[in-house]
Amino acid sequence: MTMAFPALRLTRLMLRDFRSYAALDARFSGRVVVIAGENGVGKTNLLEAISLLGPGRGLRGARMGELGRDGLPWAASGRFETALGPFDIGTGTASEGGGERRAWMLDGVAKKSSTELAERVAAVWLTPQMDRLFQEGASGRRRFLDRLVWALEPAHAREVAAHDHAMASRNRVLAQGRADPGWLDALEEQMARRAVAAVAARRGLARRLNTVLAEQRPLGAFPAARLDLLCPIAAALEDSPALAVEEGLRARLAQQRRRDAAAGGAAEGAHRTDMTMVHLEKNQPAALCSTGEQKALLIATVLAHASLIAEARGFAPLLLLDEVAAHLDQRRREALFAALAALPAQSFLTGTDVGVFAPLQGVAEGFSAASGRLETIAGFGVPEPA
Amino acid sequence: MTTIATNPLVTVKSNSAPMRNIDPVEDLIALLARLPGYGRRSARRAVLRMLMDPQRQMLPLADALRNAAEAVLPCDVCGNLDTRSPCHICDDPQRMQGLICVVEGVADLWALERAQAHRGSYHVLGGTLSALAGIGPEDLRIQPLLARIEAGGVEEIIIALPVTVDGATTAHVLMDRLGDTGVPVTRLAQGVPIGGALDVLDDGTLAAALRARRPA
Repeated sequence: MTMAFPALRLTRLMLRDFRSYAALDARFSGRVVVIAGENGVGKTNLLEAISLLGPGRGLRGARMGELGRDGLPWAASGRFETALGPFDIGTGTASEGGGERRAWMLDGVAKKSSTELAERVAAVWLTPQMDRLFQEGASGRRRFLDRLVWALEPAHAREVAAHDHAMASRNRVLAQGRADPGWLDALEEQMARRAVAAVAARRGLARRLNTVLAEQRPLGAFPAARLDLLCPIAAALEDSPALAVEEGLRARLAQQRRRDAAAGGAAEGAHRTDMTMVHLEKNQPAALCSTGEQKALLIATVLAHASLIAEARGFAPLLLLDEVAAHLDQRRREALFAALAALPAQSFLTGTDVGVFAPLQGVAEGFSAASGRLETIAGFGVPEPA
Repeated sequence: MTTIATNPLVTVKSNSAPMRNIDPVEDLIALLARLPGYGRRSARRAVLRMLMDPQRQMLPLADALRNAAEAVLPCDVCGNLDTRSPCHICDDPQRMQGLICVVEGVADLWALERAQAHRGSYHVLGGTLSALAGIGPEDLRIQPLLARIEAGGVEEIIIALPVTVDGATTAHVLMDRLGDTGVPVTRLAQGVPIGGALDVLDDGTLAAALRARRPA
């Protein structure tokens, strides 16, 4: 990651009734923070709490009702240090809204929405759930891709939602057999316009990401990689202007009504985008790579994404890496740790075995997590002076 | 779903009829809580306040409710709610009756009237197309609009529908149907709000404003 940007640093995290934590007040001074502990002690919950200090539903994509300990109202707050001074962000269950609404605070002042937070906080993450990204269905990869786009272009989520709404409406009209041609025309135009906008944004992200991935080669044990979109709309955008692609899609949707009605869904649209990554040295698609190689490809992608965010926002985002050492051999693990130590970004790493993080001794700050508590691991290492 | 073209007082009657008066206070709270802007909590608060002084706070309200329910009806021409049909807007010789502004609902009509910006008449569609909510073109008051045009004297149709997927779909269908009539159709502009700073506008609105720029 080529980042010459000042980093965002989380120096204090306070939780109340969040997941497995009744109460927590943790202070971090390291640029690399290691959290070790057995399964089920709340390591991922901690990363999730950090991810919720920014906009969005966090690294599990959880609903409000799932976050409180025993369904209680929850709160999480963080103190951040930046080149421009410190600030505090708080979030949690809103006092109104029956526990389903979320509230945000910035420096003690209530904010109506999270948009203002997006300018201050950003985090990227990698979780064990993503290990199966290249084995599972296209929808998981599409969500992964859309999250990468959305972190840089907040309007993307709206575009995708509008497309899906128009598509669901068209499916319904087709299914009911109440085929009012004018209505279908209108829905198809909406669908085509939104699909092309959404795919263009995905394509733009893939290009920018690939530029960074190409520059990222010196990451040693990490394979040179390329992200490819598998999407006819993206392919059409390669050699035709967006308006022509839109018109072509609209015309095809109109032709395929009967077939789509029989199939119960549209054969074309933004909902069909898939992606793959290519291990460039082996010239092999990710699905054919080993588990460890896939993990390495994902890490390379997440780090490249972090540097795109740094470019866009002017500060390096937090890196939340859950069980990141799993599946990596010692060579890759050490290369990852060396890369993280060299980055300006603050990173949080979890793992079951503290021994795995031994190469980070003296660089990282270590904590052990046990049933809702965090304790400094004595002698793990002294964080470098700020 | 299709209460659009029906008289609202009919709906009120049919809803209240089967209710058993076991607890009048609970019934009242339940009825109020169904209204937009009210939840059970605010309904309870309003009912409690009224019960403190039923003579002065409840009976006048009951009379006002009855009066409004009996007196208000949708305008046969535009769909507005008024005490007479045609409504006072459709009946106003000072207004340009050939300039018809098409809105989703009466709330939008009221908003435009508050702004005092439109000197013509209105046409209330009674909703927007929504396949998921089961509202199709035949559920909207599109046919009455075409009939108004056929009757003659219409010079321009202004489409003032919400800028959502459903709103845009409805506008598209409407323009399609109006295409054959030969009447000029316009739409509300999209762009920079009055008193709005550019740097806080979302990208979509900014791009729309740029596209819709005009000679200064």
